[in-house]
Amino acid sequence: MTMPAIDLQNVCFYYNGNPVLSKVNLSVQERDFLAVIGPNGSGKTTLLKIILGILRPREGTIRILGKNPAEAAGLVGYVPQDTGINKGFPVSVMDVTLMGRIGLPGRERRYTGDDREMAARVLDKVKMWEYRDRPIGKLSGGQRQRVYIARALASEPKILLMDEPTASVDVQFQSELYEFLKELNSTMTIVVVSHDMSVLSSYIKSVACLNQTLFYHGQSEVTDEMIHSAYHCPVELIAHGMPHRVLRKHEHEHDE
Amino acid sequence: MLEAFQSEFMRNALLAGLLASVVCGIIGTLVVVNRIVFISGGIAHAAYGGIGMAFFLGIPPLAGAAGFALIIAMVMAAVTLKNKQRADTVIGVLWAVGMALGVILIDLTSGYNVDLMSYLFGSILAVPRSDIVIMAVVDAGVALTVWFLYNNFLAMSFDEEFAKAMGVRVGLFYCVLLGMIAISVIMLIRVVGLILVIALLTIPPFIAEKFCKSLKGMMIVSILLNSIFTLTGLWFSYTLNLTSGATIILVAGAFFFASVVFEQARNRYAGSGD
Repeated sequence: MTMPAIDLQNVCFYYNGNPVLSKVNLSVQERDFLAVIGPNGSGKTTLLKIILGILRPREGTIRILGKNPAEAAGLVGYVPQDTGINKGFPVSVMDVTLMGRIGLPGRERRYTGDDREMAARVLDKVKMWEYRDRPIGKLSGGQRQRVYIARALASEPKILLMDEPTASVDVQFQSELYEFLKELNSTMTIVVVSHDMSVLSSYIKSVACLNQTLFYHGQSEVTDEMIHSAYHCPVELIAHGMPHRVLRKHEHEHDE
Repeated sequence: MLEAFQSEFMRNALLAGLLASVVCGIIGTLVVVNRIVFISGGIAHAAYGGIGMAFFLGIPPLAGAAGFALIIAMVMAAVTLKNKQRADTVIGVLWAVGMALGVILIDLTSGYNVDLMSYLFGSILAVPRSDIVIMAVVDAGVALTVWFLYNNFLAMSFDEEFAKAMGVRVGLFYCVLLGMIAISVIMLIRVVGLILVIALLTIPPFIAEKFCKSLKGMMIVSILLNSIFTLTGLWFSYTLNLTSGATIILVAGAFFFASVVFEQARNRYAGSGD
């Protein structure tokens, strides 16, 4: 078997003494397209930050393409949620995209011509080149997400991690997004993390459910058992295997 | 006004104001976009403890205060990096304790009566030549540091998590930033005072942020605004015979409120135009 893109073994993480993740095991093969779903507070963001090397787990090992997360900086492209960012920040789309190159040596003071070329190429790829001089705050949620994808791609990652990719994006853009991700998936591993089951498009190759620990069978079938374990509530799975799986939550889940 | 510059003290005051404008414009921009105004205030006030300690121990006040402020800044950096939620309380405590310590130590220093007011509002009209030289050196140091690490500061200010994920040593640069705040504040404390430092750090970037498209632009506009505030303030102070530090702050404050009103009017106009 080839080396997995992401390999977590027995990862445990505590916050102020409370377990957030316990004994998480995950092995993502190269060119997989994994969706990790779980309710709010299930440890999704913590899991992402551990894979990115931002947080260090108390126990367990992490290997990103065989390297530890610190060595793997730049191999993993990160597309954060739109909510965490100061939208009044005086920075242009181009300058945000160039931040994808910051991890390369010697970029503290200035970016090279190659960096600009790469940024131009990825902005073109996400169809945001014409907005390159626009301040980041003056874009719609969907446009901003494209820029964050471009920024992640600018580091030429092998793995793309997306946090709540459908949260601030309208339905029209969601399907475009998934078409685009499908295309990227032919050359890179993609992991999306969400509380929203609508991320489970037909392009996803495997699904894991997270709630402190990970329920994962390495396949695209979401079993009732997995959902039940993660959400502690039955969630109906409708139209299994259709181009867009439709999953409807039970009524009492709406009040979160 | 021109005859005012015949005198050395007025020329020094002017130079000190301009040098303070440069460092406050650069550092203030980073303070405002990183939302660490409270930490900067904490460092500035706690630094008073360092001044008291320097007088008490009989060491040069600038050196003593700088050392003390650097230590306080690193403690604040460690607390903030470790636990963001609790950080503001700890900063508030250090702020008050540092200041109280300064007052008590000066009480205990026999034969030395420091005018607390001059540390709060500074005495820009009494700046000696030697301070001007130190200010120029600190200005150059801060400008060079920010110039060399500009992309790192930009990336970490905009999106700390992403910068970390890309391998930027955010913790280190955060300490560098707080260290620069500490040094700048100390350098400016005798010249413009604690309160004026905070005003010069925050008001210009707040105004500049509305009009600028880049962090670099924001720094340059902030430097220009600071220069306008200090020069205008000094002029009012000179012609109306008022306390210079407070006059400069009031000029800055007037610009601040004018910018808020202007922006509201602009938004209303833009809203009705659509």
